[in-house]
Amino acid sequence: MRAVGLILAGGSSNRMKELSRKRAVCAMPVAGLYRSIDFALSAMTNSNIPTVAIFMQYNARSLQEHLSSSKWWNFGRKQGGMYLFTPMITSSSGMWYRGTADAIAQNLDFLRKCHEPYVIIASGDCVYKMDFHDVLNYHIEKQADITVVCKDLATEDPAERFGTIRMDAGGRIEEFEEKPVVAESHTVSCGIYVLRRRLLIELIETAQEEERHDFTRDILVRYRHVKKIYGFKTKEYWSNIASVEDYYKTNMDFLKPEVQQYFFRDYPPIYTKVTDQPPAKYNTGVLVQNSLVSSGCIINGTVEDSLIFKESYIGNGCYIKNSIILNDVHIGDGCTIENCIVESHGMIKAGSVYKGEGAPRIVIEESGRIDAA
Amino acid sequence: MIKKEIIAMLLAGGQGSRLGVLTSKMAKPAVSFGGKYRIIDFPLSSCINSGIDTVGVLTQYRPLKLNTHIGIGIPWDLDRNIGGVSILPPYEKMEHSEWYTGTANAIYQNMEYMESYHPSYVLILSGDHIYKMDYESMLRFHKQNKAGITIAVMPVPMEEAKRFGIMITDENKKIIDFEEKPEHPRSNLASMGIYIFDFKILKEALLAGKDVPGLDFGKHVIPYCKKNDISLYAYEFEGYWKDVGTLTSYWEANMELIDIVPEFNLYEEYWKIYTNNDIQPPQYFGKESDIERSIVGEGCEIYGKVYNSVIGRGVRIDKGTVVDHSIIMNGTVIGENCKIAKAIVDENATIGDNVVLGEGEEAENETRPDIYTDGLVTVGENSVIPRDVTIGKNVMINGRTESSDYPDGVLSSGRTLDKEGVE
Repeated sequence: MRAVGLILAGGSSNRMKELSRKRAVCAMPVAGLYRSIDFALSAMTNSNIPTVAIFMQYNARSLQEHLSSSKWWNFGRKQGGMYLFTPMITSSSGMWYRGTADAIAQNLDFLRKCHEPYVIIASGDCVYKMDFHDVLNYHIEKQADITVVCKDLATEDPAERFGTIRMDAGGRIEEFEEKPVVAESHTVSCGIYVLRRRLLIELIETAQEEERHDFTRDILVRYRHVKKIYGFKTKEYWSNIASVEDYYKTNMDFLKPEVQQYFFRDYPPIYTKVTDQPPAKYNTGVLVQNSLVSSGCIINGTVEDSLIFKESYIGNGCYIKNSIILNDVHIGDGCTIENCIVESHGMIKAGSVYKGEGAPRIVIEESGRIDAA
Repeated sequence: MIKKEIIAMLLAGGQGSRLGVLTSKMAKPAVSFGGKYRIIDFPLSSCINSGIDTVGVLTQYRPLKLNTHIGIGIPWDLDRNIGGVSILPPYEKMEHSEWYTGTANAIYQNMEYMESYHPSYVLILSGDHIYKMDYESMLRFHKQNKAGITIAVMPVPMEEAKRFGIMITDENKKIIDFEEKPEHPRSNLASMGIYIFDFKILKEALLAGKDVPGLDFGKHVIPYCKKNDISLYAYEFEGYWKDVGTLTSYWEANMELIDIVPEFNLYEEYWKIYTNNDIQPPQYFGKESDIERSIVGEGCEIYGKVYNSVIGRGVRIDKGTVVDHSIIMNGTVIGENCKIAKAIVDENATIGDNVVLGEGEEAENETRPDIYTDGLVTVGENSVIPRDVTIGKNVMINGRTESSDYPDGVLSSGRTLDKEGVE
């Protein structure tokens, strides 16, 4: 595909609460085995985009640990590759990334050197599959300046934390509001944009001169009436995980057979770093129902309607319900955990009881081990 | 010049005929083990964990599965600029082309491969045992003793010693004599078929024996070296080591993995067993499922009940089905309301609804009583079993079977139903 991929993976999110304390949002574990950036990376590699740049800043190390080799996503090729950009001090700048547009601006030489005519920009905190060929074809067909992938949210889902979009009958975006106080439209931006590389360079250069740093606010919203910006509506599964509620809900979606089929079994696959865990092991007195269990786990208790991520240990007589147990958690005998998200590498003492009321409760129990993400 | 201190040569060409239908379409090292692994993963992982990054894998019998599995060695970190894993099949020569006629003959035919790395030592391995071993410590032992050849040995119960090649050593572990499958063993140190050779000694011995038919390490090379006063040492190994040569021992070794604290530990963080992970998603348990004392691979969907079993990757077990004391390998699908007891079901098999496996009294198998025994039911790779049939014990089923192959819906104990190649 004649496009270069940019993945915006820099931000923190206070909506993630304590879960973002030690990791970037894009490094959040999803569905038992993935990290959220895997979805953007896999969509790029499955769309035959050979060159991908990832912009990161907040808790970047957590992401770099996951991206320690490009080969799992098939980017380690002579043509192309996976580039990790963190802020750096140069002769002309010593700034942090002040926003998404600034992150691109500080690495504009990379874009200037590329030869691909198009750029696909994606954020790294969404769960989806997408063939970017479809989006690019739409973009070309509409003769758009910028194409924004968007999705109609279910009516019960609040749209206020997204960019909301109103389109005309031909698909051209008439109104674009970033995180409105009251959303008038239920169509939201998926954070995926297609535009010509030269146009992007121009827009970024202008924004830089005007000291504007945010891609959405200072380019998409600002130029919504000036440039031909089109919306490409996707009907497939798409979900953003950048709040505790959405993170919990997205993971729980994976208990549905149709979601499992779509992500786990249908072509193309989602790639992730291979961790070589042994098969999951079940001893006596076990009951596991409507749950996902990853490899490397040892289960001795009851697990219902939950996701157990890799390498976790569930003690005898435990009762785990409606919960997400992240990687490498040790849960002692006789614990009850309901409606919780248990942070990775935790050590839960035998007999502990944790229950979330209303919203999922985040459980962080330091284990004294080296704190990896 | 390329120089590697030690390279490994892994003999993976054997059929392993006592595993019956499991090796009808693949070499023994490619057979699944412990749910997600294949037998060859154990020596390959031990190589990389011991710091050996150059491994020649000698293939001959049915190599497709093995070739696909190993690829360029990525799962074992054996994709290297220099060295890495190389598949070494027999090849045609200007004159006198031949298959690999024996273990040492196979190594002899790959002299050029070994020479290209200018190794000081060559480690000879076979691809059909389950174990974890630090070859680096064996090499240290070899160097300390200034040995010409070091043979890994394992103490076995005295009464079993007559099934092995037995090494008789002095107090310094120097081998003073050896005997193949002795009637009255003088020692209980059994050879594991793992050797470290000084490359010069190996080369000399192989050249000397190049015209010996079926040149074999145990039968020819080691006796030749002994006769020529090469110093032979025995390196004693005390961990878990299992020969899974027969269906029964294969089944038992798998069953040992589901013990609360298994003798063979797959959960060691710093001695991982690597394998080709093409399926990685978590396993899903349905609302009416049940499971106890089992290990389950990635991407399985369990809607039925699983007890005391080893389940590979990407297996589906439907509602109402009970699987007990069985090995179900990668990609197999089992329908609803089946009863599967003491079965070995090979990869990508399909079993219809209401099938019963392993029912009734035992009877001797009609074709291979020596292989299909101990009440096991064995189902070959890609086999199909239609719905509503009941199958006895010591049975072997292979190929796409249909209802008409089961008169009155029954296949009694001891029967062999092989429809391989029948369309």
